[in-house]
Amino acid sequence: MDLVTPSIGLVFWTSLAFICLLILLRKFAWKPILGAIHEREQSIDEALNKAELAKQEMARLTSQNQDLMQQARAERDEILKEAKTLKDGILNEAKKQAQVEGAKLIEKAKIEIENQKKAALAEVKDQVSTLSLEIAERVLRTQLDDKTKQEALVANLLKDVELN
Amino acid sequence: MDCNQVLVSKVKKVIVVFTLLIAFLSIKIDTFAQADSAVVPVDSAVAKTAEEVSGEHAAVAHGKEKFEPTKVIMEHIADSHMWHLWGHTSLPLPVILYTNGGLEVFSSAHFHHGEEDYQGKYNKYRLEEDHVKVVGADGKIDEEASVLDFSITKNVAAMFVAIFVILIVFISVAGAYKRRVGKSPKGLQSFIEPIIIFVRDDIAKPNIGHKYAKFMPYLLTTFFFILFNNIFGLIPIFPGGANVTGNIALTFVMALGTMIIVNINGNKYYWKHIFKPDVPFWLYPIMIPVELIGIISKPFALMIRLFANITAGHIIVLSLISLIFIFETLAIAPVSVAFVLFMDVLELLVAFLQAFIFTLLTALFIGMAVEEHH
Repeated sequence: MDLVTPSIGLVFWTSLAFICLLILLRKFAWKPILGAIHEREQSIDEALNKAELAKQEMARLTSQNQDLMQQARAERDEILKEAKTLKDGILNEAKKQAQVEGAKLIEKAKIEIENQKKAALAEVKDQVSTLSLEIAERVLRTQLDDKTKQEALVANLLKDVELN
Repeated sequence: MDCNQVLVSKVKKVIVVFTLLIAFLSIKIDTFAQADSAVVPVDSAVAKTAEEVSGEHAAVAHGKEKFEPTKVIMEHIADSHMWHLWGHTSLPLPVILYTNGGLEVFSSAHFHHGEEDYQGKYNKYRLEEDHVKVVGADGKIDEEASVLDFSITKNVAAMFVAIFVILIVFISVAGAYKRRVGKSPKGLQSFIEPIIIFVRDDIAKPNIGHKYAKFMPYLLTTFFFILFNNIFGLIPIFPGGANVTGNIALTFVMALGTMIIVNINGNKYYWKHIFKPDVPFWLYPIMIPVELIGIISKPFALMIRLFANITAGHIIVLSLISLIFIFETLAIAPVSVAFVLFMDVLELLVAFLQAFIFTLLTALFIGMAVEEHH
């Protein structure tokens, strides 16, 4: 029975001591400790949030970079393509022009050749006629040296005329 | 796979326990045989040790004294006006009495372990079974005389030691928080912090809800006060060893504190639940008394639970140690020590567990009292 009978002295001292302990710890221990823990938890949360934000920002930047890269690449491709078409165009035009020019030259050359040929032919004809006339003259001179031959010729000529 | 390992370890434990039990039983038979054949040197050595222990309150041993385990254990469990240190050395503690004459303060050394009476200012006092009694003119104890004993007894002193340690620990930890603002905990701080966070996140928050912050100082103080006293009770040497949390007076105060906190913070729903419960009105004559008893019975259960757990632990440990002196042989010592080791480890768990349960239930009762109904 003694064991389960609370003694007044111990009740008194326990109450006193516990209340003092509660007050002292509340002021000097729990308030600073809980405050510090709370503050630290908040700062950790904040840091984590910030890290998360930074991560998102990083991801955003990376994707932006990628976009930029892609854009740049596309632009480069376009420029290259444009340059190529331009080059092709220039080349083609040059070719065409060269062809046209060449054709023109050939044409000119042909005309020149024709002209030269004509001139040459005309000259040849001239010379042939001159030569023929000279030959004819000489032949005639030699043949008409005597009278008989002249008469024969005239007769011959006349014959021809008669025939015509 | 894991289950298998657990099972194997359990089987091993059971085997160990049974081996110890068999050893214990065989030695018991042995002991009686030895006692019969009276092995003189061992016997006398043990008897001497037994005297030292049983002579805690030093009824000076003349020759061979019979060892009474119940007396030794009960003396330990109960409070005392002296703090037994070792052998016949005890630390005298101040006796403070409030008598009809007035306040009386003197050292318990004057009683000489209860063998002598002490003539105070107003009365003559005698220490009987560790209770201070007034001695009448006829030399007999005057049961009528009212004397209130506010002595600093062993339990009070042990409690003061625990409080002193708690204050040092927590104020230094608080200092560490001030010095290392926003940094990670270090040393003692990192040992205490998880416990504080455990009390906050696993005891206060789930049971009380968003109003938990107001009750944190009480819950933390209760938890650490009980925990430190429990642990100090497990230490067998001087500053520890007192059965502080196993004393009904202390658990009574703790439970009373919980009751007061719960009832002064009870909101209208709490009181409506007690005085206007949701039952047909003709049940009120039954329900209201039941609810009123409930106000008392909840802290009463807290009081008994802590008291019984800690006292039981102390009794078991002391009983196991007493086995050595009951059988009067050293051969039993290894078995006793093994069991005591086991019990001490268990008691260490109980020390935490009881502090936890007391705080948890306090938080639960507070939570029930401050709960808002929708």
